[in-house]
Amino acid sequence: MAQKFEVSEWANFSDEEPEMSWNCRWGILVLVFIIGGCEADHQNVGAQQPVAKTAPSRPPIPVARPAPPRSAWLRLQADGIHDVDNPALRLLQQPEEALSKLPRAAEGNNVDWVAALRSGVIIPRTNVFPETKIKVLDRDVIMEKTAGMPMVRFPHRPHTEWLDCKNCHDRIFKAKRGANAVTMRAILQGEFCGQCHGAVSFPLTQCSRCHSVPRPSRVRPGTEPTK
Amino acid sequence: MTRRAIFVVAILFLGLASTSLRAEYGDVILNRYSDLAKVRPVIFPHWFHRIRFRCKVCHHELGFEMRAGANDMKMMDITEGKFCGMCHDNKTAWGVENCNLCHSGKPGLKSGIRGGHQTLGPGRW
Repeated sequence: MAQKFEVSEWANFSDEEPEMSWNCRWGILVLVFIIGGCEADHQNVGAQQPVAKTAPSRPPIPVARPAPPRSAWLRLQADGIHDVDNPALRLLQQPEEALSKLPRAAEGNNVDWVAALRSGVIIPRTNVFPETKIKVLDRDVIMEKTAGMPMVRFPHRPHTEWLDCKNCHDRIFKAKRGANAVTMRAILQGEFCGQCHGAVSFPLTQCSRCHSVPRPSRVRPGTEPTK
Repeated sequence: MTRRAIFVVAILFLGLASTSLRAEYGDVILNRYSDLAKVRPVIFPHWFHRIRFRCKVCHHELGFEMRAGANDMKMMDITEGKFCGMCHDNKTAWGVENCNLCHSGKPGLKSGIRGGHQTLGPGRW
């Protein structure tokens, strides 16, 4: 059952002194290595310069060719989870073959799935049972209590194009405005929006895709977007 | 010189670490019973299926819970036409006798959802 968090807990959460994670420590260590490597390079260049003056007939420096573009998708044989000893592995479709033809995004599968559906590049089936009713709701919900962040616009339309009402109501969200104490803390732990966002739908690092409605009062004079 | 060697090792290590477990976003590993039954774990690729079916087909019509690990299914259920067996029946998609097409994971993998980003609590970020 979803754990309930009060809105006030979000404030406590953000006020906490963040403890340095191991990822962060690794990052600092690697940065130190990189800076160390750069310093070593500078020393070497300084040492070689006098030699270059006395020997002007150096072989021409080969022009660096741009590296071939790295694919956004790993081959199944290289993704770390597929067993390369499986004789049937070559029969499976490679992600790149299917996903490279779809509208691109910078995160997740590197695919903008909503755009892919809307543009008609993919036409996924809506039902397997003929009697299933297909319901699509075109109604936006604005969530205002977002502290210092822009407000959240939840569009029902792209969600109901993929999902059924019952996937969220009332299992994850009560179908009543103001009845759901949604917090970022809960979402980051995989509740509410976090049941899908961060697992299969676009990840939670894409803040502005949800926090997309600027607060009028927060716009400072002279900084309004020109239109 | 030693500095540069350390630098190179650090870069190699980073490279290996970033590629060793980079499944496609949304891949689900099912290994509750596979290892015990001496078959490879199942890898379910969300990306492949959502090109062909909307979420609601499996998560509404077929009754798959949305939380990874919440669906307790055995091969017998699938053979009887439940869960994956709804489509994997040699009519809509390949049938259950093509074991290696689904059971394609490395032995010993931990069950769960994989991919570049995960929602398993702030500690995993």
